[in-house]
Amino acid sequence: MGRLAFTLLVLVLFAFLLAPVILVFPMSFSADRVLAWPPSGFSLRWYGAMFTEPGLMEAAWNSLVLGCVVTVLSLLVATPAALMLARRRFAGRDAVMALLTAPLLLPTIVLGLAMLIVFVSYGLVGSWPGLVLAHLLLTLPYALRVLSTALSTLPATVEEAAASLGAPPGAVFRRITLPLMLPGVVATCAIVFLVSFDEVVVSLFIVGPRLVTLPVALYRYVESRTDPLVAAVSSVLVLLTLCVVLVLDRAIGLRRAVGK
Amino acid sequence: MPARLLLPLFLVPALLVNLATFLAPMLNLAMLSFREGMPGGSIGTMFTWATWQDVLTDPYYAELVLWSVALSLFITVLTLLCAYPIALFVHRAPERWRNLLMVACISPLLVSAVVRTYGWLVILGEHGVVASALQALGIAPPRMIFNTTGVVIGLVEILMPYMVLSLLAGFGRLHASLEEAASSLGAPPLVVFRRVVLPLTLPGILLGCLLAFVLSVSSFITPKLLGGGRVFLLATEIYDQAIVTLNWPVAAALSMLVLVIFGLALLLYGRAVRAVE
Repeated sequence: MGRLAFTLLVLVLFAFLLAPVILVFPMSFSADRVLAWPPSGFSLRWYGAMFTEPGLMEAAWNSLVLGCVVTVLSLLVATPAALMLARRRFAGRDAVMALLTAPLLLPTIVLGLAMLIVFVSYGLVGSWPGLVLAHLLLTLPYALRVLSTALSTLPATVEEAAASLGAPPGAVFRRITLPLMLPGVVATCAIVFLVSFDEVVVSLFIVGPRLVTLPVALYRYVESRTDPLVAAVSSVLVLLTLCVVLVLDRAIGLRRAVGK
Repeated sequence: MPARLLLPLFLVPALLVNLATFLAPMLNLAMLSFREGMPGGSIGTMFTWATWQDVLTDPYYAELVLWSVALSLFITVLTLLCAYPIALFVHRAPERWRNLLMVACISPLLVSAVVRTYGWLVILGEHGVVASALQALGIAPPRMIFNTTGVVIGLVEILMPYMVLSLLAGFGRLHASLEEAASSLGAPPLVVFRRVVLPLTLPGILLGCLLAFVLSVSSFITPKLLGGGRVFLLATEIYDQAIVTLNWPVAAALSMLVLVIFGLALLLYGRAVRAVE
């Protein structure tokens, strides 16, 4: 096989990989009432329809608020745990880490079902606390991993030096550890927000008639109708994701963030 | 109180969230598979093997499990075939290109599965990109969505980034000099690939296949949307039993089956890795 043939093959495969994300952009400007290629004309009608489709803007707002709340709570819960796991040697440390990251290894459909059944008896289904808890389960493993990786690459000696000069533990954390691990914190925020904002399977189990997230609303829309409206929403979402990724790349570099 | 004694408290919030959303619900789910589902969604209070007996002896479920596993294996192999050339290309690319190519491989991962599946509806749909291209060529387009074909195409694309990443993680031992050495000694390109490249990249292949298989077995959004309710897999059946039929014990037993399949896949992976090394 020649070098040229191989390059061509790779190009075709890249096109296959990126096609669904790229093609929603031209489709979002379609003037047609149904999904048809090529569009008979171009217009902004579907971008306008985003604002008039009942429930869609509310779902988007819910997802935005949920993503922010989950991000803040993930940081508050994961940072002390990451400090403990990265800085102290204690019995059962590996077991605790395994337990806290285990949800990442299990299928979300099973996790969603398990939570639904327990949440029903506590009235948490279709409620904000229920959704926040369910998302925390999925975001905490990411937050823990990224934060403890960030911490383990920091030399502990700087903290020890500050402590030996008489700084109280709180001041060491605030003045030394936190500024040094800031790129890790920014990366955690970006990843946790994206995981929460895009999460759909677990949310499908936990949402209620009066509390729906954007991915669930889109899923239900696509399940019942196929028109270019979702293409318009998707285009906006892809651009928003790109912004978050750029922040992430600036903070620590994309390869490191997604790698380990 | 000395700070040292307070330190273990740092773990408490994370452990509490884990207990409330993971440990307790999963144990409860396992126990629920030993209860009986009654008509109307109520659940028996007595311990019973009935649900498991039902799930393990009903040919419908046996077929569902076998079909899900077989389809997932097929999807895994296709994903490997599509991702391997990309990974090889990225691995061999010059440093300044590699980062850009990596971003191109990873970026689909950051787009919601709903959006990417919708993208495939745009491409494969009745009046989609492929259908109109075929029509222009005078070929009657086959049906490509709301059947297994659509689900396979969509899932292969969705799993490709994971496969590329796993392959690249395992490509560390592959150096251009080794291939050059083999071909300068007279090995034809295919022999170089089979005897040098393939063995060196086998760890990455195994990892990628494990990941793709596991994600494929538990995939739900893509089979549901691209299958149009006509493609039945384990994950979609779990959802239907839980939400539509309201038979939670059966949904719980099927969930446990998925976990068993996961365990078996891990076991096989571990064996394969040891055999390679």
